[in-house]
Amino acid sequence: MPAVKTIRSRTVALPATNVDTDQIIPARFLTSTSKAGFGKHLFADWRYDPAGNPKPDFVLNKPEAKGAAILVAGRNIGCGSSREHAPWALQDFGFQAVVSTEFADIFRTNCLKNGLLPVVVDDQTHAWLLANPGVEVSIDVESTTLTLPDGTQVKFPLEGFARYCLLNGVDELGFLLSQNPAIAAYEQRHR
Amino acid sequence: MFEKVWDDHVVVAETADTPAVLFIDLHLTHEVTTPQAYTELRSRGIKLRRPDLTLATMDHSTPTRTEQVFGGVPIAVDSAAKQVQQLEINARERSGELFNLQDSRRGIVHIIGPELGITQPGKTIVCGDSHTSTHGAFGALAFGIGTTEVGHVLATQCLLQRRPKTFAINVVNRLPRGVTAKDLILAIIGKIGVSGGTGYVLEYRGAAIEAMSMDERMTICNMSIEAGARAGMIAPDATTFEYLAATPRAPKGAEWDAAVARWSKLPTDPGATFDRSIDIDASTLVPMVTYGTHPGMVAPINGSVPLHGDAVFEKALKYMGLKAGELIVNVPVNNVFVGSCTNGRLSDLRNAARVLRGHKLADGVKMLVVPGSQSVKRAAEAEGLHQVFLDAGAEWRESGCSMCLGMNGDLVPTGHYSISTSNRNFEGRQGQGARTLLASPETAAASAIRGRVTDPREFSN
Repeated sequence: MPAVKTIRSRTVALPATNVDTDQIIPARFLTSTSKAGFGKHLFADWRYDPAGNPKPDFVLNKPEAKGAAILVAGRNIGCGSSREHAPWALQDFGFQAVVSTEFADIFRTNCLKNGLLPVVVDDQTHAWLLANPGVEVSIDVESTTLTLPDGTQVKFPLEGFARYCLLNGVDELGFLLSQNPAIAAYEQRHR
Repeated sequence: MFEKVWDDHVVVAETADTPAVLFIDLHLTHEVTTPQAYTELRSRGIKLRRPDLTLATMDHSTPTRTEQVFGGVPIAVDSAAKQVQQLEINARERSGELFNLQDSRRGIVHIIGPELGITQPGKTIVCGDSHTSTHGAFGALAFGIGTTEVGHVLATQCLLQRRPKTFAINVVNRLPRGVTAKDLILAIIGKIGVSGGTGYVLEYRGAAIEAMSMDERMTICNMSIEAGARAGMIAPDATTFEYLAATPRAPKGAEWDAAVARWSKLPTDPGATFDRSIDIDASTLVPMVTYGTHPGMVAPINGSVPLHGDAVFEKALKYMGLKAGELIVNVPVNNVFVGSCTNGRLSDLRNAARVLRGHKLADGVKMLVVPGSQSVKRAAEAEGLHQVFLDAGAEWRESGCSMCLGMNGDLVPTGHYSISTSNRNFEGRQGQGARTLLASPETAAASAIRGRVTDPREFSN
């Protein structure tokens, strides 16, 4: 996993609440056996008409979405299916962080495991970001702050272990493998 | 109860800086969420740590047409066929147990674990699938994980976890006749909302829960994730033990007695506290049907689509082609799906067949009945249930996830209303533009007869 230290980018706003992972990446695209290439199917049924043409009024099809790395999403983003294809699709499209007031549990875990930063902000900050799409904000993992264009700094929760892994590009499997003696002892006790 | 199971599986305790290392007793796997995990293991030269605790089945992208399962007719979707092959290669190479496409023990991963008796009280159970919460019906701590975590469990049999909070759902009194476990869980989700359980493990308690069969308890726990919960649990009791005693892989003899003694200590101690709790009076409930695009948008069958809702309400009604205030029983039905890990067990098929017996599908209605496992299919056929469905004009298929998520090509056409015993009514879940109404098997069968949403209690003889 590559290290994530700071993200500075324009935002894209998708205000709908309870956006489920079936919307982020519909099930019919899950038959791939690799992690790559899901970006073209991101939000497929919202992004394209049945003939496969981009819907011009969908936010990700607008010119200002190009190059934006921060998605501001409605409350309870990523609910439903546990498919990790959802963060893979968001990252493959170019997103590096998702900002919301609430994340579904499994989606949040899946984001962290891939270095896609889940940023939980307060209602007021969230409402402002949704009302002002396209502004440039910066996110700093070390200090766990999001900085708005006027310089206002907003802290966001990120537990120490996840922060360490993001900053150092460490994946958790290495850490778990290093716990082998404790795991072996547990297995011995529970034989 | 949750704390007892959690504490018993802590390999390394959590600290302010690091999550707990939690041991996993059973890892269920399927073809869709494992290939990338196996690729990771292969690239690092890591073997499966505990093949004895790992079981693979195929269910999501598998066909349900008999000629494709057994007759050598190729799987229609190329990439799905490849995914099924890849699971065979991965399981063989890493030497976990695999039930392949033709195996008589194959089925939906959350149906076969309990059926085999490997789902047991007090176990930690994970699977790369959010409906792993189903297994909590046995007093197991069972939850869905992503593919990276699947890799962690394959490699170390452990997960890094923060301890969730606890949430008691006290279901007082009994369900009225004709009201099912599916109606109860839809009512619970309607009450606490689709993110009401986020960060919590739910414990369903009370008279209505204690009176339920294991099949019904599994329907309840299955949809815990639809309330956003990490897991759902029900205390093991005589019903649990009786169910497990008849399964092939439950402990036998002296080991059985020791297991029951251990399992009997799991229920929550009197006076224990929960981080949050709510009460629901089961006796006031009626059959429930969803009208919107998430499982929290649900109404009593004798009610109407609400007049107002949250920000997504208008969008959901537009997608569903419904109007605010419209009567639920006026909603037309074009398609009926009976099956899934929510309602694909033998008792679900019996309940649907009981309503459908002697009736025909309404003109223009298509109905697909997909047993949850090959074992459910055999048992249903032994009772003649398949004949009830076929006589009514429904299709009877091989087991799998099928039209719950349409990965295998079993799809609802655009714009059609589908009354479905599955768990998600998200936009496009059953096919692009498909309009899903979640309900019980009884309500689905009654609606199939009339061609519109119908209260199954009108057929209760």
